[in-house]
Amino acid sequence: MVGKTQGDFEMNDDREKVLARISEALAVPAPRHHETPAAGAKAGIAVPFRAWLPPVGSDFEAQRALFSTQCVVLKTEFVECADAAAAAAHLAALAEANEWKKLAFHPGTINDAIVPHLPESLGLFKVESGYDKVELETCDAGLTECETLVAQTGSICVTALSSGGRALSVLPHHHVAVARHEQLVPDLTAAYERLAARYGANYPSFISFISGPSRTGDIERILVLGAHGPKKLTVLLLP
Amino acid sequence: MAPGRSANECISDLPKAACHRTLALFSFMRVTLFIPCFIDSIYPHVGVAMVKVLEGLGHQVVYPEGQTCCGQPPFNSGYWDEARVVASRQLAFFKDAEVVVSASGSCGAMFKVFYPELFQGKPEETEAKSLSARTFEFSDFLVNQLGVRDVGARFDGRVTFHDGCHGLRELGTKEEPRQLLRAVKGLELVEMGEGEACCGFGGMFAVKYPEISTAMAEVKCNSILDTGVEYVVSNDSSCLMQIQGWLDRNSPRTVKSLHLAEVLASR
Amino acid sequence: MISIQEQFHRDTERTTADVPRRAFIRKALHGYEVRRDETKATFTDWQQARTVAADIKYDGLNHLDGYLKEFEEKFTARGGKIFWASNSGQARDYILKLAKERQVKSIVKSKAMTSEEIHLNPALEEAGYKVVESDLGEFIQQLMHEPPYHFVFPCMHLKRDEISALFQRELGSAATDSPEELTLIARRFLRQQYIEADMGISGGNFIVAETGMISITENEGNARLTTAMPKIHVALIGIEKILPKLADLALFLPMLATAGTGQHITCYNSMYGGPRQPGETDGPEEFHIVLLDNHRTRLLADAQQRDALGCIRCGACLNVCPIFKNIGGHAYGTTYQGPIGSVITPHFRGLQDWKHLSGASSLCGACTDTCPVKIDIHHHLLHNRRNAVAEKKVWWERLIWFGFVQTMTRPWFLRIANKLAPWGQKLHPLVLGTVFDPVRTWTKTRDFPEVAPESFHDWWAKRKETSK
Repeated sequence: MVGKTQGDFEMNDDREKVLARISEALAVPAPRHHETPAAGAKAGIAVPFRAWLPPVGSDFEAQRALFSTQCVVLKTEFVECADAAAAAAHLAALAEANEWKKLAFHPGTINDAIVPHLPESLGLFKVESGYDKVELETCDAGLTECETLVAQTGSICVTALSSGGRALSVLPHHHVAVARHEQLVPDLTAAYERLAARYGANYPSFISFISGPSRTGDIERILVLGAHGPKKLTVLLLP
Repeated sequence: MAPGRSANECISDLPKAACHRTLALFSFMRVTLFIPCFIDSIYPHVGVAMVKVLEGLGHQVVYPEGQTCCGQPPFNSGYWDEARVVASRQLAFFKDAEVVVSASGSCGAMFKVFYPELFQGKPEETEAKSLSARTFEFSDFLVNQLGVRDVGARFDGRVTFHDGCHGLRELGTKEEPRQLLRAVKGLELVEMGEGEACCGFGGMFAVKYPEISTAMAEVKCNSILDTGVEYVVSNDSSCLMQIQGWLDRNSPRTVKSLHLAEVLASR
Repeated sequence: MISIQEQFHRDTERTTADVPRRAFIRKALHGYEVRRDETKATFTDWQQARTVAADIKYDGLNHLDGYLKEFEEKFTARGGKIFWASNSGQARDYILKLAKERQVKSIVKSKAMTSEEIHLNPALEEAGYKVVESDLGEFIQQLMHEPPYHFVFPCMHLKRDEISALFQRELGSAATDSPEELTLIARRFLRQQYIEADMGISGGNFIVAETGMISITENEGNARLTTAMPKIHVALIGIEKILPKLADLALFLPMLATAGTGQHITCYNSMYGGPRQPGETDGPEEFHIVLLDNHRTRLLADAQQRDALGCIRCGACLNVCPIFKNIGGHAYGTTYQGPIGSVITPHFRGLQDWKHLSGASSLCGACTDTCPVKIDIHHHLLHNRRNAVAEKKVWWERLIWFGFVQTMTRPWFLRIANKLAPWGQKLHPLVLGTVFDPVRTWTKTRDFPEVAPESFHDWWAKRKETSK
């Protein structure tokens, strides 16, 4: 029997037993081994993490500067482009320098504005429902849009809905993310607020904060870029 | 201080718990020494040095002669019933002390941090909490209770300071011994690379897991040797027993260990 | 067969004698400490952040049943499937049966300590599946046929030439001493596995109750590929990983990275809330989460140590632990090494069998000091010792402490002993290092101090006498 949906696979589990053991265990209250947090910080309720995390400037300029600094730390290439044509020109330069043959992208308002300006010599692969993952693996770069850029951490927030699914931003060797000014947010808390405002309870099945190109320190704790995901990461910021 | 009254008379007016916070206001005090069992028999000069320093500052020192061990060895080994038998005797001996000053950060932590837990829910709980509030490690007492930095000591030599873990992490004593050492004339303080690393003593651990304990001592002692100092100073003689024991066996050159009190008592 | 404790003694005797390996580990972890301190310093208030993180975990654990039900409701509403496993056997059986039903051939895994805990790989391989670990460190350990050395840095004990030799032997690659080149060899080999695999198995760092998601933290991108390419995603995750709110991650992601590796944030922090949804271009058709108890409720029932379940597995306590640095990760013989492992393993696998790990600590407290969620780690080692004795006393220890109590409650006896000790010590050289040496485990490697001819007590008494 080969199932296609997961509803047809059933096995009796210990749900009730596990929950009963938990309830029984929790009958005895636990002592707190930590101090009671400062006023306003109550677990489970919106907590103002900003008071303790690394500081972020309040205006756009400060946040752009911080994002740019974090990109240097993370080894992300950060480029500001005047318009879609300029973004396409930068992509073309990257394609030439890195000998790209094929660029994968997903349809979207920013992408759709950039792609027509790309040189004809660069092959294009459009990632849409039912795309061929083997062909995606042969692409040299992946062009995606994103939800937000996070100044505090230098992160790019991608989701399954905004960024062409799960694989496009991780399978090709070079990931290029594009964003507009209004997508820059101060910190992770703000990024989560944006997500909640946009999707309500119906979140995409995949959300990821990407902070720099893929890396590993597993061999002698020495940093190596390009472990399994992209070796290079570029962020193009448009007005 | 009210005119015409001694410090002790004033102290006796105060409720015990509030006592230690106001002590620094009084010029002379009655200080009760806690000399742990192994200092009593192996390092008596540490106790003697403490007496010298405290009396030198004009305070009266008392020593309840029935005191023995804080009970930490059985406590750390999981034998809490046995630890309580020993500990409850110490509660009795220090019952009337206004302040108790410990020659060892570790044994001091036993009084200050672990007695309240050991006696939790037992008849002695209140007494244990009271002793906890009145107990201080030697350097903490000098700096934070007496407000002293310079005790008028002179010691010619380069020293490094080893933080005993109980003093450092249970009692939060880090800067105090350094402040005292920096005020000693002729003394040069050199920090070591593995400053906060444990020496590997750990009481029964040192004999139950000798190979791990020794490996830790080796790391610690090499870090001491790397500084090129002649002396290693600590506020815990138990750590120094481990450190000196390893150095004497393995070190290519002589490094002498000294308790902080011994340095502060030098003239 | 020798006991677990005896094995531990033998292993630590061997590993502590390996001076170059110890120096290698210490050097690596020193680099970590420097980076961690730099990153910690960028926080406005790291200590308050720890307190708040501890408080959120406290709330999560103390309302675990409610939060797990909330998670289940949200997750299943989006087409995910949850399997509650009481023990490792149930969890293994579920995954095996699922693989069989779906005619799975090849399985790719991203890092999951829970899978080590339930010995999933041997079970899958025995059933005929090809299983490939995709995290570089785990991949190396899989080729080495040995368990991870450290639950965050699985192969930190291996030097590059050892890894190069391994790759030559197992993958037929050319010799190299470049970490970049070695990483590239693994990358080339593993890429194909993601495309071929029809089942991806991952762990999970957090369970988010509010939105029915799990969060996975990584640097390499292997977990992202494992959860993007195969048609079935199975996440094996302990029930204690709960966080009440999605936005709690805004605190936990930077803290996990800072404590774990000294990074501001790790490269990929991904939240998964179900299989591929309508309107999405890719993703697995099925997403199963196995919620693992496996004696976690036993630890939950110990109210005093309940906070130990709040562990976010950052590995910070291992990285600062002098025991870990000197005995190495394998000597523990546990899935979870280091101080936190010594606390929780007795709960998971039996107190009497694993109490020696709580004993093998100088209780220095460096672990507790560094823990980002403020678990009272070293005091719990003390509590484990107490609980083990309360459960079962050892006759000779009992005898020793009986003698100790007799001595310490009779000061006069102690005084006599003190007077006799210097004489007794004169005889010590006769037995030094032999089985008759009462302190031979000390004197084997260290000198023993001399008992003073005059104790402090005697000095004081004499002084009192003369000042009269």
